[in-house]
Amino acid sequence: MLLTITTTLAPATDLGYLLHKHPDRPQSVTVPAGTAHVFYPEADPARCTAALLLEVDPVGLVRGRGGDRGRGGATAEPRGFSLGQYVNDRPYAASSLLAMALKAAFRTALAGRCEARPALAASPIPLRIRVPALPCRGGGSGLARRVFEPLGWSVAAPAVPLDPAVGGWGDSPYCDVVLTGEMRLADALNQLYVLLPVLDDAKHYWVTSDEADKLIRAGAGWLAGHPEKALISRRYLAHQRELTRAALARLAESDDTEPEELDDAVAASLLPDQAGEQAPLREQRRGAVLAAVRASGARRVGDLGCGDGALVRDLLAEPGIEQVVAADVSVRALQSAARRLRLGRLTETQRERVALFQSSLTYRDDRLAGLDAAVLMEVIEHVDPPRLAALERDVFGFASPGTVVVTTPNAEYNVRFEGLTAGAMRHRDHRFEWTRAQFSDWAGRVAARFGYQVSFLPVGGDDPDVGPPTQLALFRRAAA
Amino acid sequence: MESQGVTAPARELGIPELSLVVLIGVTGSGKSTFARAHFKPTEVISSDFCRALVSDDENDQSATADAFDLLHYIAGKRLAAGRLTVADATSVQPEARRTLVALAREHDVLPVAIVLDLPERICAERNAARPDRAFGPQVLRRQRDQLRRGLKGLRREGFRTIHVLRSEADVAAASVTRTRLYSDLRDQAGPFDVIGDVHGCRAELEALLARLGYVVKRDADGRAAGASHPGRRAVFLGDLVDRGPDTPGVLRLVMGMVAGGAALCVPGNHEAKLLRALRGRDVRVTHGLAESLAQLDQEGPAFRAETERFLDGLVSHYVLDGGRLVVSHAGLIERYQGRASGRVREFCLYGQTTGETDEYGLPVRHPWADEYRGKAVVLYGHTPVPAPEWVNNTLCLDTGCVFGGSLTALRYPERELVSVPAARVYYAPARPFQPNPVAELAAPPRREPEVLDIGDVTGARVIESSYLKRIGVREENAAAALEVMSRFAIDPRWLVYLPPTMSPVATTAAPGLIEHPDQAFDAYRADGVAAVVCEEKHMGSRAVLLACRSPAAARARFGVPGEDAGALWTRTGRPFFGAELTALLLARVRAAAETAGLFDELGTSWLLLDCELLPWSAKAGQLLRDQYAAVGAAARSSLPAAVSVLEQAAARGLDVGELLDRTRGRAANADAFAAAYRRYCWPVAGLTGLRLAPFQLLASEGAAYHQRPHEWHLAIADRLADADRSAGADGELITRTRRVFADTTDPASAAAAAGWWEELTAAGGEGMVVKPAANLARGRRGLIQPGLKVRGREYLRIIYGPDYPEPGNLERLRQRGLGHKRSLALREYALGLESLDRVASGEPLWRVHECVFAVLALESEPVDPRL
Repeated sequence: MLLTITTTLAPATDLGYLLHKHPDRPQSVTVPAGTAHVFYPEADPARCTAALLLEVDPVGLVRGRGGDRGRGGATAEPRGFSLGQYVNDRPYAASSLLAMALKAAFRTALAGRCEARPALAASPIPLRIRVPALPCRGGGSGLARRVFEPLGWSVAAPAVPLDPAVGGWGDSPYCDVVLTGEMRLADALNQLYVLLPVLDDAKHYWVTSDEADKLIRAGAGWLAGHPEKALISRRYLAHQRELTRAALARLAESDDTEPEELDDAVAASLLPDQAGEQAPLREQRRGAVLAAVRASGARRVGDLGCGDGALVRDLLAEPGIEQVVAADVSVRALQSAARRLRLGRLTETQRERVALFQSSLTYRDDRLAGLDAAVLMEVIEHVDPPRLAALERDVFGFASPGTVVVTTPNAEYNVRFEGLTAGAMRHRDHRFEWTRAQFSDWAGRVAARFGYQVSFLPVGGDDPDVGPPTQLALFRRAAA
Repeated sequence: MESQGVTAPARELGIPELSLVVLIGVTGSGKSTFARAHFKPTEVISSDFCRALVSDDENDQSATADAFDLLHYIAGKRLAAGRLTVADATSVQPEARRTLVALAREHDVLPVAIVLDLPERICAERNAARPDRAFGPQVLRRQRDQLRRGLKGLRREGFRTIHVLRSEADVAAASVTRTRLYSDLRDQAGPFDVIGDVHGCRAELEALLARLGYVVKRDADGRAAGASHPGRRAVFLGDLVDRGPDTPGVLRLVMGMVAGGAALCVPGNHEAKLLRALRGRDVRVTHGLAESLAQLDQEGPAFRAETERFLDGLVSHYVLDGGRLVVSHAGLIERYQGRASGRVREFCLYGQTTGETDEYGLPVRHPWADEYRGKAVVLYGHTPVPAPEWVNNTLCLDTGCVFGGSLTALRYPERELVSVPAARVYYAPARPFQPNPVAELAAPPRREPEVLDIGDVTGARVIESSYLKRIGVREENAAAALEVMSRFAIDPRWLVYLPPTMSPVATTAAPGLIEHPDQAFDAYRADGVAAVVCEEKHMGSRAVLLACRSPAAARARFGVPGEDAGALWTRTGRPFFGAELTALLLARVRAAAETAGLFDELGTSWLLLDCELLPWSAKAGQLLRDQYAAVGAAARSSLPAAVSVLEQAAARGLDVGELLDRTRGRAANADAFAAAYRRYCWPVAGLTGLRLAPFQLLASEGAAYHQRPHEWHLAIADRLADADRSAGADGELITRTRRVFADTTDPASAAAAAGWWEELTAAGGEGMVVKPAANLARGRRGLIQPGLKVRGREYLRIIYGPDYPEPGNLERLRQRGLGHKRSLALREYALGLESLDRVASGEPLWRVHECVFAVLALESEPVDPRL
């Protein structure tokens, strides 16, 4: 991976003093990921260019010998088995590895020190910086501009096509970035040091506790006033705690699928945050479900598809409820629920009130029998329609709680969400979203088949034209 | 019998071979000595031993409560496993015995009491000889009083067998004989003809017996009084009596057959009630009992007495054929099979009821068969059904003859149904009974044998297969599989197979290569395999395709409602395409199979095919773009720029020559990498552009084909491809798999096959798979790898990265461990074969699903994904 720094300062060759690297002597520094080479392809008084070329050892990178111990490196998975590690862009794309090489090669310049030309080091100089393959994930050229322009750069960042030999694939996440402007060299280098990994936003980070300190040091003087400060800090400090790959990720891989494709049970909704409204929809939904459960007088309540346990916590706070049975099919969801509920720290009495375990609504599970009420909050839309019959049989037929509360999105309301593409669903994993008529049709059939009576409630404000954002069906088992 | 040469007459203490033996006797009466003499050490659980386990002191009386908890726990585990257990404690107090009797009942085994009522003097002497037993005489006396008081009540306490030994001579003369339970006829292997509820329909019974090849014997009055078959025995499932026209006639015939050894019979609830009525008990005369009693009255007292004796001697159920067959009137759950208790008998007679009654006032039955997971086939009657239907290895043979249905028998082990229709409706059923099976099919099915229980798949499991004995699945892997199975996989009723992973060949030392065919030939030769087939490896996605002849055939065989005539799934059980495209593809395959005549030739309505689906980009498009093409793009953008600045530097006279060469090499590698993945990408629209390469017919109705040579499989694949092409449909879909056959013991043949591989891979092919030509093969150490993949040099760039063939990299990459991958491949292969066998032999869904699920779970084991 490559980065070039060009100046037209007079004399331009003073760049050698500022970088502490002699223009006529190529130098090499060993860094954890490989070898960083510094050399000058041009060194005239009128124009001087320094090149930093990092030669990555791709096999060593994967095998964790001499790999990057800092950010963005493959050693984030010390014993990991991921095909993505073997075939990845790290040897070519500017990332945290290049940022680290930058720091190793130009440590003094980053600190802004220059014994030979102290005044020059403190002054803005004309600079042209090129990073030919800079990943700008989640925004492409526009993101590069949003990040660099506020700092005073003029930015050219054409996107690199994904594969010109294959039709219709469009652009890659990489941009051929050229920054031009008058800037103190140390500032420019510090900005690159922080912003290369930020733009890269690689998937698996290994963040050490001193990363925040590093950000504060390197961001001195320019980050505080940056309009994208939030994005920069979040991405720079992004945490991915999973150090070993989950078994699920391996299944995705064996089926030529990205792990995120399957391991998305606790992924965020595609809905934009709705700041300013009275209460977020998810809170209103929990409130409505809680009200329904409360009204049923249930003492043993199941949260089937409990996700990260937000509702479980509410249910546990209810004095009338003796036990909450919380089940989900996703191991990741269960881990996150266990953390949220602080299961490890509950007293015995508290612990007895909650049973948290993996279950699947397409298999009969005796542990779900004997519930007074069961909640399926935003669950059914995650089940493929051909598999719904199994869910109906297992929940209404076998578990057969006295009360069943089902919520699901109202597809008609989607037009009211600004920022949601027309015709799109609210979550990547939704297999369907129903209109009110479709939901009531389904609920009616289920109720008739399994001996329940069903009524419907709006959740989140009943829009006169398109109905409520969430629809809720309340099933009560008919008296025998 | 041999003479025992003892002073007291030899005495055999008979005990059922599965029982809880409770030794009763005061301290020093010699219980432990007796137990040692007559039982295996592991069969005896002594309270002293348990006391020592929990307190380090076998005389520590303060540990007694814990010691007995432990004794009950161990005894419970043994009884659950069906092992005779001896409780060695004093057990002189009724409350101590009560918990043991309860334990026996809990496990449905018979409690046996062996009482050592020896003179007090002898016990005292023995205690005195043992310094650790410093009991006062009052302790012994109290125990002896308790023992004496309790003796008379033992039968009332629930002991069915009681032996009392009163002297040292008695003890010395005693020997313990284990007797089989009446229900244990495991040594009788049949063949059997198992006959459902007759209910007094003698004419139909005679007709059925004739159809089955029995010769009926008649008495002086010409009445059927027995029947026999030269090679078979009949088994009657009870409810011979009541409701029908000739209960005495049926009894006479069946009693004659049983007496003559031509039949076995278990009692039904109607026999139980009739017996009570005959004994003059107060019973409600309903459900056709009145007719039976009236008919029997005409037969005279001798026949009545004979009937009473016969009914009284009936055993609740039988376990036959080495434990593979269980017969009982109302079925039997696995836990009760071969056990004896009141509730076992109740279950056999009445089935499992929920205590509720339905709208016709009949008891609501618990669908025990839906939950049945036992190994034994259970044949039963009791509940009239329009047509017998296998549910999890169980079959109800009561086809409602007396209600105008039919009288049905199952030939075992052939599993053939034979039935005769009822001459007329003899009795109106309380609940509408639909004797017309066609009409019944239109109604929603009453039973759902396809119900899968979470207990069928979760947790750490061990699967028994015929190919590898025990295959373990770890809990965390099962958890990952449960998530994928539940959230992403197709309906488990379709998903009858998942393909195993495949190991690459051993690493080669040949220059510039990691894999070469020679290692495959070497490996098979070492395993004793000479003939191998080398099949071209299509770089696509593994696909399993189930093609049914029609939607109706699919519904009938696989039970999935709707209009789908099969399914197409990936190696983790996910659908490849949406419903519409899948249907189009299935229709093409079905048409090709029809043209090729495969359905008729194989006598099947469905074919399960192992295939490769091309192009790779059709399924892995996202991965290709995000992972592979992105690498190419980054390289294409950064490396030429680096070469260019290095050239400038070199032109200035700087010493960057080596770095420039290396960087140019990397740029060339990156181009070769992009060229490699591009070979597996081409545009598709609908079926246009798609290719399906079947290479193995996994199974069809009644057969799995892993014993057929690959030549046979590939010939079928060729016929499908030819039929598809001859149909002149739009564009090619089904494609052939190129192959060569080779002899691993003939260097010239092996070299020719290696040459073929070099040609394939030089032209950009992925490589080939080498398999034993005969298919399933075993070596000295059991199952051997069903195939070894040999991948080409260029293809491996997309596996090991663009720069992998550089000398410094290749050396390091050759250090790869194949052991885990090989073991995984074999385990998954064995599970796959097991699931195919189970599908082919029509085993219940949960048995098939268990194997399929385990393959998915194993796939989540951590193994180097480049292998």
